[in-house]
Amino acid sequence: MSQTDGYTRFVNRPLGKQIAKAAGLPQPVPLRRHTLGDPLVTGPILILGESAAAETVAKQLWREEYDVRRDVGLKQKFSAIVVALDEIRHPQDLSDTVLELGQALRRLDSNGRVITIFRDPNDASVANDATALAARRGVEGLTRSLAKEMRRGATANGIVLSDDVEMTSASAQSAIRFFLSGRSAYVAGQFLTVSSSAGEVPSNWDTPLAEKVIVVTGAARGIGAAISELLARDGATVIGVDMPSAGDALTDVMNRVGGISVQMDITAEDAGVQLLQKARERFGRLDGIVHNAGITRDKLLANMDDSRWDSLIAVNISAPLRINEQLLQARGDGVLADNFRITSLSSTSGIAGNRGQTNYAAAKAGVMGMTQAYAETLGETGGSINAVAPGFIETAMTDAMPTATREVARRMNAMQQGGRPVDVAEAIALFHADASAGINGTTLRVCGQSMVGQ
Amino acid sequence: MTSTSNAASAGGSLRPAVVLGGNRIPFARAHGAYAGASNQDMLTSTLEGLIARFGLQGEQLGEVVAGAVMKHSADFNLTRESVLGTSLAAHTPAHDVQTACATGIETVGGIANKIRLGQIDSGIGGGVDTISDAPLAFNNEARELFMQLNRARTTQDKIKVAMKLRPKHFAPLAPQAGEVRTGLSMGEHQALTTHDWGVTRHEQDEIAMNSHKNMAAAYEEGFFNDLMTPFRGLDRDNNMRPGSDLESLGKLRIAFGKQLGEEATMTAGNSTPMTDGAAAALLSSEDWAQKNNLPILAEFVDFEVAAVDFVNGQDGLLMAPTYAIPRILDRHGLGLEDIDFFEIHEAFAGTVAATMKALADEDYNKNVLGRDKALGQIDPTKLNIKGSSLAAGHPFAATGPRIVASLSKMLHEKGPGSLGLISVCAAGGQGAVALLRGR
Repeated sequence: MSQTDGYTRFVNRPLGKQIAKAAGLPQPVPLRRHTLGDPLVTGPILILGESAAAETVAKQLWREEYDVRRDVGLKQKFSAIVVALDEIRHPQDLSDTVLELGQALRRLDSNGRVITIFRDPNDASVANDATALAARRGVEGLTRSLAKEMRRGATANGIVLSDDVEMTSASAQSAIRFFLSGRSAYVAGQFLTVSSSAGEVPSNWDTPLAEKVIVVTGAARGIGAAISELLARDGATVIGVDMPSAGDALTDVMNRVGGISVQMDITAEDAGVQLLQKARERFGRLDGIVHNAGITRDKLLANMDDSRWDSLIAVNISAPLRINEQLLQARGDGVLADNFRITSLSSTSGIAGNRGQTNYAAAKAGVMGMTQAYAETLGETGGSINAVAPGFIETAMTDAMPTATREVARRMNAMQQGGRPVDVAEAIALFHADASAGINGTTLRVCGQSMVGQ
Repeated sequence: MTSTSNAASAGGSLRPAVVLGGNRIPFARAHGAYAGASNQDMLTSTLEGLIARFGLQGEQLGEVVAGAVMKHSADFNLTRESVLGTSLAAHTPAHDVQTACATGIETVGGIANKIRLGQIDSGIGGGVDTISDAPLAFNNEARELFMQLNRARTTQDKIKVAMKLRPKHFAPLAPQAGEVRTGLSMGEHQALTTHDWGVTRHEQDEIAMNSHKNMAAAYEEGFFNDLMTPFRGLDRDNNMRPGSDLESLGKLRIAFGKQLGEEATMTAGNSTPMTDGAAAALLSSEDWAQKNNLPILAEFVDFEVAAVDFVNGQDGLLMAPTYAIPRILDRHGLGLEDIDFFEIHEAFAGTVAATMKALADEDYNKNVLGRDKALGQIDPTKLNIKGSSLAAGHPFAATGPRIVASLSKMLHEKGPGSLGLISVCAAGGQGAVALLRGR
């Protein structure tokens, strides 16, 4: 699959660019994506705001020999702008820093980044503090709107810190590295909430998953194959699972990533037990699972039959629930890691709803519920659970859509193009890193800031 | 690459060879789903599936041995070429074996022997065959002319030879399933044996029905989930008829032994069709299995080959296993009653029935096999309980590894010490049998 769609290629040629500009058509650009060894950014990074977080980020990046600037200057181009708003107490405190940011925006490079850092509006400390809560919510609104003003592959996202978490924490570092780098290519207008200081930074940020053994369900094709490849790139050994009928595709993926293939139906009563047994036999450990396997059985609810409804619920939500129960029963047995990490594929359909997908949305919203519910118990021993909600991702499934429908769906987001399976995989990989342990119970959208939903 | 300094081949003691698992592609009726797939395509895919299942990417195995019965002359290094197309380390050696339908037992047995001797620590025994991509050769007259053409020095000589070429020289020589020395096809040979042993149509149809039903049930319970990888759109053997019953089998026309008239019993339903496919089994020493964290399914204890005189003597073409079975059991001090699972390859239902009748027959044991008494009855409830070739099909060389992998899994599920016996008949009046013990 090529890195961009045909329209994007067209408008990035001289003639196409002119036509698109004259006609006011969308002008998507090829997105910057991460390959092993890439730096976080290639140009200067501007850090705005006076706060502990600003100091931490500046020092950290400076230590890694990035070109860090604290002043907008006159003509400097920037690869990224970090906006520290973690110490504001009133909405009116925003203006200085935000207006400075406004000055700098015109000098943001293609595929540039704006990252706001602020305190969690959901923290108990501000539950009854109207001005503080208004200020924190204000940053959310500002970030989302700014994300929609970004052009040429640039994104705006936010890092949300709980009151007792500092920017020095492993997960805050993990989050800012994710947003700065090409790993977050298709994440826009989104927030990563760091709710605890748990986690440790890896000895090498290029292989944050070194030595980990991770199960990926639905690993034979599309997003599951991309997740397998990425987890392997980041150092993990993958146990790839898919239906026996997809065994040949699964073989190709596993032989490419050096994993092992397990042909089984995840709706089997003892699927979790079998997976644990396989991990025990072969590796003596299991560090995480990616619940990626899923099906669609679209029908308007009025026309829905029980087989469409039930089979979808069985695969997309009942199986992950049952597998999690079976895996977590093995806690403390020496095979399941204490800091076991679970990620699942949710969907923007589960957030915003989608006509013809009542069953799918029920399951995918259910995944977010499951994610919330397990967070506390997993967090107790350093584990975590998170979900990723993809928007329009280019796969064989979307290739099969009617052209006009596909073209519209592709452009209905701030990036004006579809995402790639690898974009979802990057988010999954982020959550499996030990550095990300402080991010727990969340759902991250990888949707290019789709017009629908939050 | 041996890990021990005192290999049996260097004066040390023998060690067990164990089966860790296997893989095969679904078997496909000839000229169907796999038309256009070569032996190398099928064998490579089968090996790749095995590699993915066991995480052997980049691994240097002791040896890979496989073979095909229907083989192009260009495929002289079929197995090595296939290995080079897989994710195994290119340093993994390979060789080909070809001994008709016994090829697959011989490849696995050869690997097991090398492991037992300490010459290698791990290996794959496999087999593959295609009818859909069978070699076609020039007929002998044409070949002779082309050789003359090659030897001709002057243009004049060349023209002289070329003038002799006629359209008939371009009629290809297709491979025959017939026996070279009798001119009879295998089916015609078996029809004689089936008749000699008084095997009824009903007995044969029942064996066929059970094969289909047993295999369908094995698929339903997921038995093949870790024994098979789909290939070219197939995820099950497409010869299998889960709804097979005696009534429909009973309606089929006679296919072999028509000269027997009313007494002919062999049909397309109780004979195995021509099939394309490939299979492989992974074997190793106990040490290697442990080092690689691979559970052991069974021990490949021993194997035995035999041959019969079907040309001048009284033997049935496919009866060689009746000689080999008593020999291997005697060698290990075992009787039929000690065996938990019998895997008798169903070249024809009649072969299975005749083999069982012969082993139970006093006269045959005394006068033909030279034994004191009959070896005994094979309990039909222990026979081919996950189905066999009548349902799966029989891509000649692939049948051995198919059975070794399935039987090893059955024995592992049954428990340590359980015993399984494999019997495979082959063209040329040969046969191979093998003994496996569950772990």
